[in-house]
Amino acid sequence: MIIQQKTDILPSEITPKEVFENRRHFIKQAGFGLLATSALAQTNLLFAADATRSNAPIGKASKSLLSLPNFTKTAYGKDEKLTSYDDVTTYNNFYEFGTGKGEPATNAKLFKPHPWTISIEGEVKKNKTISIEDIVKLAPLEERIYRMRCVEGWSMVIPWVGFPLAQLIKWAEPNTNAKYIEFVSLADTQQMPGVNLPILDWPYTEGLRMDEAMNPLTLMAVGLYGEKLPNQNGAPMRLVVPWKYGFKGAKSIVKIRFTEKMPITTWMKAGPKEYGFYANVNPQVEHPRWTQSSEKRIGAGLFAGRIKTQMFNGYTEQVGQMYAGLDLRKHF
Amino acid sequence: MQIKQLLRRTPNKKQIGRIKFVLFVLCLVPFMRLIWLCINNGLSANPIEFVERSTGFWALFILLLTLSLSPIRLLFGYVWPLQFRRMLGLMMFFYASLHITIYLWLDYGFDWNDIVKDIIKHPYVLVGALAYLLTVPLALTSNQYMMQKLRERWKQLHLTVYLIAILGVVHFWWLVKKDIREPLFYAVVLGLLLGVRLFYKLRQIKSKSEKIRKMKLSLSV
Repeated sequence: MIIQQKTDILPSEITPKEVFENRRHFIKQAGFGLLATSALAQTNLLFAADATRSNAPIGKASKSLLSLPNFTKTAYGKDEKLTSYDDVTTYNNFYEFGTGKGEPATNAKLFKPHPWTISIEGEVKKNKTISIEDIVKLAPLEERIYRMRCVEGWSMVIPWVGFPLAQLIKWAEPNTNAKYIEFVSLADTQQMPGVNLPILDWPYTEGLRMDEAMNPLTLMAVGLYGEKLPNQNGAPMRLVVPWKYGFKGAKSIVKIRFTEKMPITTWMKAGPKEYGFYANVNPQVEHPRWTQSSEKRIGAGLFAGRIKTQMFNGYTEQVGQMYAGLDLRKHF
Repeated sequence: MQIKQLLRRTPNKKQIGRIKFVLFVLCLVPFMRLIWLCINNGLSANPIEFVERSTGFWALFILLLTLSLSPIRLLFGYVWPLQFRRMLGLMMFFYASLHITIYLWLDYGFDWNDIVKDIIKHPYVLVGALAYLLTVPLALTSNQYMMQKLRERWKQLHLTVYLIAILGVVHFWWLVKKDIREPLFYAVVLGLLLGVRLFYKLRQIKSKSEKIRKMKLSLSV
């Protein structure tokens, strides 16, 4: 007995005979295509190796795609001794490009931060996207010298170029439900070798409370040392929150989401006992691994010893009032 | 074939002395490198951490090398490399001492208040400090005189080297933030080195009890 089954395939969906017969040809072509791309990747790798030795022709090419618009100098940190450009750009924590401090500088050489768009989502009037070129036109750029304290017990002084995050938030038009803001970094397995390792729960996610995000100190950085942000420092745009540990500064941001509930950040997931949502620099709250009452200043040399870590990394005057009444030991 | 024969041969006293000297020089290469890098400004952006990590790494590496000589004997039957144990052990002590000195002096500037806090509050520092304290008596009793004086007790005392190695790997593991691939590698190596010993020990016990059983059996017959 033959049971006739009704088919739900429309005649229009059936592959035409000539295309079907061409299938082998197509597969062949695809095969060649793969070969060609892998060969290209090989040469790219060769170029990358070259670039490390000579003065990075590839890096220069991408630099010309977006030069930094004019910016004004500010009084922020004008008396601080800057960490050298070399140290700022070769000693990085950017796990997407590898967990070694020197790996991001090497592995991010071929990274393409242009073209780049950032999407705005969540508790906003309307979801929208914006290109990096348009973002830098939202507000005048300024240079600010900030101290940066890493949770690992070292610190730097960096001349960032950027604009207050508050300006971007104003443009994003969050609604009244927005209590927090979440930043999502790019997780591109092709360009970022570290993303292929299950070391963190990719993509890298960070967050701030709305008032923290609106604080005049909170910066969206697009450059440092007067030039476009180097890839290893989070090109094309990253967050800088100088009174918090460095890991709060999400790099290579692709998504900004406004939320009603406190976002769970990547490091909170990775070590809930070690990394809290606030992550304010606090010499009184111990970390299970590193001393937080003192720090090593990068570039100070082998015999410089440690310097005392300041409450809120020395920015208490600007940010202290936001945490009045909050138990900072509990909300570390 | 010739190489195999050469390996099979036990080197004579003079040759042992030469190999020992080469090993000694090789063990000092990482130290020389640090001095060279220090002079040439090559200790990275965070030089204190660099020298801390480097000396700690070499202490662990040489310790594992020391612990690999017995498995070499058990697995391949070479007895003569055991003669390098003392020197390698002392080399490990040299790097561990450098490691501790850099920590106390360059990192913490002998600020005992901060040092005690760091040791008590951070498990990985505590474990590391414990491991180092345990190596001191081993280094002090590593001479012929103490060996003869302590005899059986010397053997028992020097068994702590296994504990030191485990503490050393734990120290490394706990200090790492998230990417545990490197300490995992050393944990596996240590596991293998201890595993080989355990395997042979168990086999020895088994064959012994087998013999006793057979003896009893023959007696009862």
